[in-house]
Amino acid sequence: MGANEICSFAGFYKTPPVPFAPISCPAAEPDAESIEEMVEMEPVDRSAPLIRAWRRIWSELKSAPVTRWIWVAVLMTWVTTRFIDPPWMAVYPEDWVLPFKDLLNRLMDWLINDLSFGVFTFKEMTRSVAWLLEWPMTWALGIFATGVDIATGGGQMLHIPHLPWIAVVGVAAILGHAGKGWNLALLAGSAFLYLAVFGQWESAMMTLAAILISVAIGALVGLAIGIVTAGSRRIEAWVLPLLDLMQTVPVFAYLIPILFLFGFGPVSAMIATIIYATPPMVRCTMLGLRATPPEIIESGQMIGCTRRQLLWKVKIPAAMSELMVGLNQVIMLSLNMVIIASMIGAGGLGYDVLAALRRLKIGAGLESGIAIVVMAIALDRLSQAFACKAPVNLRDATFLKRHAHSLLAVAVILGGYALGMIFPVLMNYPETWEVTTGPFWDGMIKFININCYDQLEWIRSGLLLTLLMPFKRFLIGLPWLGVIMALGLVAYRLKGFKLAGLVVALAGFIAVTGFWEKAMITVYLCGIGVMLSTVIGLIIGVWAAKSNSMSRVINIILDTLQTLPSFVYLMPVVMLFRVGDVSALIAIVAYAVVPAIRYTVHGILNVPATVREAAVVSGCTPYQTFWKVELPLALPDIMLGINQTVMLALSMVVITALVGTRDLGQEVYIALTRADNGLGLTAGLGVAFIATITDRLIQAWTESRRSHLGAA
Amino acid sequence: MIAPKTEKLTPGTVKLACRNVWKLFGKHPERFLAAHDNRPTYEQIREAYYIGATRDVSLEIYEGEIFVIMGLSGSGKSTLVRNMTRLIEPTAGEIIFDGMDLLKADEKTLIDIRRKKMGMVFQNFGLLPHRNVLDNVAFPLEVQGMARFAREEEAEQMIELVGLKGREYYFPRELSGGEQQRVGIARSLAVAPEVWFLDEPFSALDPLIRAEMQDEFLRLQKVLHKTIVFITHDFDEAIRLADRIAIMKNGEIVQVGTPETLLLHPADAYVSEFTQKVPRAKVVSAASVMTPLDSASPIPPTVSPVAADTKIDALIGRFINQQEPIPVVDASERIIGEISMQNALRVFIGEEAATHGC
Ligand SMILES: Nc1ncnc2c1ncn2[C@@H]1O[C@H](COP(=O)(O)OP(=O)(O)OP(=O)(O)O)[C@@H](O)[C@H]1O
Ligand SMILES: [Mg+2]
Repeated sequence: MGANEICSFAGFYKTPPVPFAPISCPAAEPDAESIEEMVEMEPVDRSAPLIRAWRRIWSELKSAPVTRWIWVAVLMTWVTTRFIDPPWMAVYPEDWVLPFKDLLNRLMDWLINDLSFGVFTFKEMTRSVAWLLEWPMTWALGIFATGVDIATGGGQMLHIPHLPWIAVVGVAAILGHAGKGWNLALLAGSAFLYLAVFGQWESAMMTLAAILISVAIGALVGLAIGIVTAGSRRIEAWVLPLLDLMQTVPVFAYLIPILFLFGFGPVSAMIATIIYATPPMVRCTMLGLRATPPEIIESGQMIGCTRRQLLWKVKIPAAMSELMVGLNQVIMLSLNMVIIASMIGAGGLGYDVLAALRRLKIGAGLESGIAIVVMAIALDRLSQAFACKAPVNLRDATFLKRHAHSLLAVAVILGGYALGMIFPVLMNYPETWEVTTGPFWDGMIKFININCYDQLEWIRSGLLLTLLMPFKRFLIGLPWLGVIMALGLVAYRLKGFKLAGLVVALAGFIAVTGFWEKAMITVYLCGIGVMLSTVIGLIIGVWAAKSNSMSRVINIILDTLQTLPSFVYLMPVVMLFRVGDVSALIAIVAYAVVPAIRYTVHGILNVPATVREAAVVSGCTPYQTFWKVELPLALPDIMLGINQTVMLALSMVVITALVGTRDLGQEVYIALTRADNGLGLTAGLGVAFIATITDRLIQAWTESRRSHLGAA
Repeated sequence: MIAPKTEKLTPGTVKLACRNVWKLFGKHPERFLAAHDNRPTYEQIREAYYIGATRDVSLEIYEGEIFVIMGLSGSGKSTLVRNMTRLIEPTAGEIIFDGMDLLKADEKTLIDIRRKKMGMVFQNFGLLPHRNVLDNVAFPLEVQGMARFAREEEAEQMIELVGLKGREYYFPRELSGGEQQRVGIARSLAVAPEVWFLDEPFSALDPLIRAEMQDEFLRLQKVLHKTIVFITHDFDEAIRLADRIAIMKNGEIVQVGTPETLLLHPADAYVSEFTQKVPRAKVVSAASVMTPLDSASPIPPTVSPVAADTKIDALIGRFINQQEPIPVVDASERIIGEISMQNALRVFIGEEAATHGC
């Protein structure tokens, strides 16, 4: 193939004359088109000129690329605002708002107060679930943080103290060594040592206990659901949309119902964490079980496994690496929830951060935040190490060698207790040895704020005046009906009526529940956040794809960024830019930029070498190669990255409500403080629906683009 | 449709038989089959967008023989053997195993039969990646609830039998393809099955290892005397190993017979296509090309005779030093014919006048 062709070939994609996705688009059928042409060419068309003009436009449009459709849609909405001006079209009238949230509130009331299964009520049921879950929680807390009281005979209480810090550090190091050798042992050990030295031990252990129990329950529940779902397409059709919803509805939205049903306390926090963290386990389980090579299953059947043996001895062990990936995800998401969970009663590091934030004690908050990060990194690396670990050939191993790690761990725990009895400093890390960095951070912030105030203020107001405000005003000014119609049109063009119907219904829900303006503010914050993330992501991603050493550095940074709980982003930003949209924006970008970079790198590295070589041979400059060949071919991947970016940005938007944005997230947050179930859930669904609309549209676009490029 | 040409070779006891077995892939295969009177044609199946993976297959497999099923890729070999083991449920027909219809067996019986009487080897080995060699081979015994010590002892024996002693604690990914398949063989033999199914066991291996594994397989069969169903798409492999071969095409059996029959009396062009490149002298036996003698006038042998089933390949060397025809004797040492140098040489250029079916 001539390389010249490739350059022009790629250029051709800039203005593709071929219609997209002919499958679901009836207009693309040949006979339908020829009829259109006949209509157009017919010399005596007696219909009114307006209709004739419309037909012309319509037939043009049908074959136009999506980008042109979007422009037309924007134009239409603009025209409706300027010239056709019934006010209800522009701003959704308040009397039309459906009392959806009241309905939800009444449903909640009924659930809590009236629903009864005869012997017991619904509320009694949920409370007893809470009571049941409290058991393992209390035990874990006792072991790690508070110590365990055991009743011995004669009304005596035996108090067993919590694990000595030295033992925990030791066990972490042993786990690290078992997982991946000395390097990881050093990392895990020093991470926990850090927690002790920097005075976060007690809170950290409370958090660790809560995380361990949530992860254990979440992973087991996820595994069970995954097993059931993998076995039946019918159940899958129910479970998958539910998982989607669980992952897109912001956590805040279901905090309130959980509070109502389970009460304030660590157990409620744990339930919220489990709801948030379980979906990836379900997905990974399904994936792993479905991906078992058929021959392995058949060999199990031929050996005469019963169904249960087939599941436990063949399928699940064969899917172990996927299950471990799922477990890693559960751990990371649970850690992500630490701060939010403390809003409904979890103690520990999350509570410290929240309390510090509320009192604007930046230094202290940052210290606890960093402690969460340190723990997250340690747990992430540990679980990843076990996920990637292949079974080892222990040919001549003795019992002692085979169980070296577990034996050593037991020895360290017992030894820790023994030594702790003799030297109390090994039991509880003495306060006098602690180092605090709080004042340092406070000082640094103060220094920056004093010395760079003008520059920071200049950035802040510059962003606000030139970018944020105009865009916000523009979005809020858009007529709701026009936007819904435009979305519907684009969806129709991409994938036909079904998608259009879904999109219109979801967007319509936001309008009729009266959240249109707030939703637009969410869209505005997210939109700008995504745009900035995409630009930054493209630049950095391209840079990383082109240079090996760069990509290594960037990978480490990305790994760290991804393990940070989203709250941590807020702190330094708020310190420098105070509360408001700019802080929110920066936090959003910092959190959401990761997938934009990752997918850009992936997409560009995946451009077939032959295509790139052909471009170079035909004389494309590096600049041309990039713009005309690599970028167009990598675009579907980049779009997927942007899709992820949108999802992350939306989940961050809700959190930024804490720093004073006025969007859907704020509604959810207000609902939380007022304990208004209906408000919280409705606004939460609104956020979820924005996410769903974006997700489906981008996916549809990517699909049609992919099939256009001839990829699978 | 070509009627399958079947014949009796050693009418021993039938161990496993298929009777009018059908397997259609598609939406409502049972309904479709019933609507076409249980015998739809190839075209009817295709037009209705079904896939006829097994079409009206009837065959009998005798105790102790190596029965090879062969055909091109996609001809339905794997599906047929999975019908026999009920890994795939046939749409219609009967699978008679030891006189009982396997398709009527309940799950418990089926599991029991698979545990005790069947063994299977897979093309891509189907080893459990998380278990080492010893645990893989011991797995069938473990599933049956045998105690650890006993099952590991038996597994050790199997591992030794296939020549992997010393590798017990290796994991599958640490072994070569040939070694992995030895593990698969050892595992399938661990329960001492009566019928042994092998679905293209050597196809994933390179030619040298494949030849080595075939020798190994024949050596094992000499010791074990199993009833074997062996699948391959390689005719050379088939004639090397088979007592009888069934040739499949589009889900249907075209011909069943000994390698020699297929070579000398192919049922159609499809079969002769397969046999074309085969070194004929290695397959054709003396009985097939001899000039038969009247039993009324037996001639006393002047040169030493050969047995009727001697391959031409093995006797051709004698014509270097002698001109006279070689007498052919049957199992009871009676002379039944003679073979001339001309007749023997014709085999090499593929012009032999077959005189005798076998
Ligand atoms: N689960 C299935 N669903 C639909 N069609 C199938 C299924 N399994 C097999 N087939 C079809 O049945 C036919 C026979 O397949 P089979 O695997 O038995 O062939 P084969 O002779 O074993 O081929 P190979 O030598 O490649 O292993 C093929 O056309 C295949 O596409
Ligand atoms: Mg096959």
